[in-house]
Amino acid sequence: MNPGVADAALEGGSAPVGPRRGRLGRPSWPLTILMIAASLTVLVPLYFTIVMAFKSPAQIGSGSGLEFPSPIVWDNFARAWEMVGFGRSLMVTALITVFSVAGAIVVCSMVAYAIARNWHRRAYKVAYIYLLSGLFVPFTVLILPLIKLTAMLGIDGPVGVTLIHIVGGIAFNSLLYIAFLRSIPLELEESARIDGATTWQVFWRVIFPLLGPMNATVGIFAFLGAWNDFLLPQMMIANPELQTLPVVQQLFQGEFNTEYNLAFASYLMAMVPTLIAFVFAQKWVMSGVMRGAIK
Amino acid sequence: MTQATALTGAPPAGTPASAGAARPVPTRRVGAQRDWAFRLMVFPAVFLFTVFLIVPTLIGVFFSFTSYAGFGEWEFVGLGNYVALFTDPNIWAPYGFTFFLAIVCVVVVNVLAMAIALGLNANIKWRTPIRTVFFIPMVLSALVVAYVFTFLFNSTLPMIADSLGLVPLATTMLADASTAWIPIVFVTAWTSIPGTTLIYLAGLQAVPRELYEAASVDGASAWRQFRSITMPMLAVYLVINIILGFRGYLGAYDIIVAMTGGGPGISTMTVSMRIMGGLNGGDFAYQAANSLVFFVITLIISLVQLRVSRKGMSL
Repeated sequence: MNPGVADAALEGGSAPVGPRRGRLGRPSWPLTILMIAASLTVLVPLYFTIVMAFKSPAQIGSGSGLEFPSPIVWDNFARAWEMVGFGRSLMVTALITVFSVAGAIVVCSMVAYAIARNWHRRAYKVAYIYLLSGLFVPFTVLILPLIKLTAMLGIDGPVGVTLIHIVGGIAFNSLLYIAFLRSIPLELEESARIDGATTWQVFWRVIFPLLGPMNATVGIFAFLGAWNDFLLPQMMIANPELQTLPVVQQLFQGEFNTEYNLAFASYLMAMVPTLIAFVFAQKWVMSGVMRGAIK
Repeated sequence: MTQATALTGAPPAGTPASAGAARPVPTRRVGAQRDWAFRLMVFPAVFLFTVFLIVPTLIGVFFSFTSYAGFGEWEFVGLGNYVALFTDPNIWAPYGFTFFLAIVCVVVVNVLAMAIALGLNANIKWRTPIRTVFFIPMVLSALVVAYVFTFLFNSTLPMIADSLGLVPLATTMLADASTAWIPIVFVTAWTSIPGTTLIYLAGLQAVPRELYEAASVDGASAWRQFRSITMPMLAVYLVINIILGFRGYLGAYDIIVAMTGGGPGISTMTVSMRIMGGLNGGDFAYQAANSLVFFVITLIISLVQLRVSRKGMSL
């Protein structure tokens, strides 16, 4: 790939994801209408989820599902919360996510820094290639032995899931960090070293803060991956009391379950945290993900 | 994303080494301290990587040559599992469906994502709110989304179709082995279009505006500009999206578990679902062999795609 293109895209992607500057002329109305119509494919299912969550069982049984709820049943949320043990699940999912994000950032930035600054040494080059091989090992190959292993070590629960989330991202995240570290001038750390800082102090006080944008990118990927993951917790967490939010939604799929109002109330509660976070941090998330996409 | 990096193929440049000459020569003690710090920084990643990625992979390889059921006793069976795989129709049916699904999803997702990216990049009103809406699916759990759509496809759509007199749509597509893949492709596309669109959007923003200005001055039509400027500039992003997408769709799991569970029959069973079944299904070793075969096939496909795209790109 032409590196010039990637650089230009990165520059374009980091700040003005918004309207392009310098574009003249009036907006195209036919195109605007077409795009709004297309966006209904996203909005209608969301609208559907919201109205379903507020309906009474009787209303769900009678209509197509798209009608406005009448009466509005707020109680659905409290009952769904109780039924799936939502509070506990939320806590487990939040803890897994927080530690996965923090772990990914700390572990990967450290190894990337060590490799980038010792690139002239054989051992570090070998470590780099070793970690890179992780890009080619698909999850499906190791999941079965992995579950045996975590069960043997007694971490077949949220701890194991967190560790695997961190491991799964090592190859890709380290690559991102190493590419980014190349753009940080060495002079900055040299002056800190001359002032007597140790390697750890240099890393934490000089390098780590400079990695900010890449920390954001890695953090967003780790967040979305951990929060929404289904396969790993479903397979690995042995104790159903400690299951994550996506997995507990399976509860409503039982053959005898007809309480769709509670199911949708629960789906909506599972969607809301990331939805709100995204709407508020949109610009930041988009530029962060785009940075990862380009590298 | 991973392949994107492989494509750009950027090894960490020799900046530190080349700049090393300008570095004040450290005293021996400081040098040793520095070495230890660097070693400790590498340790967590290499340790976790070895224990939780390399070791399990090797264990999987080992058991694929045994008769291990997931519990109890086992013995070596040599290539027995691999031989059995190649003559087992219950294995090949999921392979067929998985590849079919991956190809259909790659085509559908890339066509729509490119159209959306072009639309978002064009001069439209309310761009920011419209873009926000299009990217919402990116942050939602695919499983929960699939549950919502299952209800839409099972109840809402047939009911609406019935009232409109559209008989073929009046029964649920998910219950019919010949149509169950359609809702699955729909939901897969719904959840993965934003990520793909984002990469195209990044590509479109990299196209210099001057190119379009020069083309308009020369009297090139909008279609001509798209074909001669936009498409060539997006080619590299198309390749990234195809390779990443294909690899992702080959691992399809969540959405299908939620929508059909692999049914009706095993018509929508994917390879990943088959392999996961090995955990409690009593055929641990057999599925371990299956997962390795699947791995080799996906690896070959990725390498071929990369090779072909490199060739196409250098033309």
